Amino acid sequence: MSRLRKTELAKVGFGLIVAMIVTALGCAILALPGEESGLAGAVMLNLDQAGAKNPVTAVLLNFRGYDTLLEIAVLLLAVLGARALAVDESADDSEHFRSSINPVLIGFIRVIAPVMIIVAGYLLWVGGHAPGGAFQAGAVLASLGVLLVLADINWTQHLSDYSERILLTISLVVFLSVGLATMFNARNFLEFSPSTAKWCILLIEAVATVSIAVILLALFCCGKISNARKYHETTRGRVE
Amino acid sequence: MTTVTLYALCGVILFGIGFYGVIICRHLLRKVMALNLMGTGVFLILIALARRTPGDRPDPVPHAMVLTGIVVAVSATALALALLRRLHRETEIGDLPHDAK
Repeated sequence: MSRLRKTELAKVGFGLIVAMIVTALGCAILALPGEESGLAGAVMLNLDQAGAKNPVTAVLLNFRGYDTLLEIAVLLLAVLGARALAVDESADDSEHFRSSINPVLIGFIRVIAPVMIIVAGYLLWVGGHAPGGAFQAGAVLASLGVLLVLADINWTQHLSDYSERILLTISLVVFLSVGLATMFNARNFLEFSPSTAKWCILLIEAVATVSIAVILLALFCCGKISNARKYHETTRGRVE
Repeated sequence: MTTVTLYALCGVILFGIGFYGVIICRHLLRKVMALNLMGTGVFLILIALARRTPGDRPDPVPHAMVLTGIVVAVSATALALALLRRLHRETEIGDLPHDAK
């Protein structure tokens, strides 16, 4: 039997296996009870002590703070990995690239950038009582950074390597120190007291917004925001 | 069949498509995309099943888990793409070799 036939057979066979798995999972979902309160009751019961009126924010930053702490650690690890894998390349077609930027894009960024910053701040604040929060705000800020990279606006020229590292790590540091500070009050790690929970959450979220934005942008630019320009020029040079 | 189960079943199907792609596709970029599809299916199932609460508001715990999951999936995808880029630069290969021999 030729190799081609074999791979075709393997594809069909595996397709059947996947179909069986999907059917089994579908049956499991259909067999679930139609109404199930899950943990919603427990969350609502303790919401007034959580420091945030939005239950999702309360779960993220208070009830399951460990998850969020480790999530930020994972983000940082991904940046470290991307940084280690990036290779410095030099390209000399920057003049060509600069002349090929669409002027409409630059005009658009001029209009949209202040709006995006305000929206990010709004999302951060509104996370306390309605859908929103650090991750959404950080994503908006990061997309603003991506737009700036695409338009080749060199906003990181005064950002040293050292301060970039601080920006990347600050949310993990602040999160950990707030968690440790709660232990001085004879409480467990990350167990906020109801009176200070609101300000702890706000502090963590505000710092996390900045850090998440920088981390996401760094992931877009191969691990380092200060060489975003160089990165862009090289990819451009490869395409053309 | 309620809207909740419809969305959850869509999530299961997405998961299945992604699983098939992860195993069958030879190109690594397609594998990364298929992994993302699997993740999206799981998120859709979680979000849909969180809506089965009796009251007005959905269960916030799966929502928080999905929010965490999305961010982790984005960073994992970025890391996978960085690995892929490096591999492509070093070896000019994007596919896995056809035969393991």
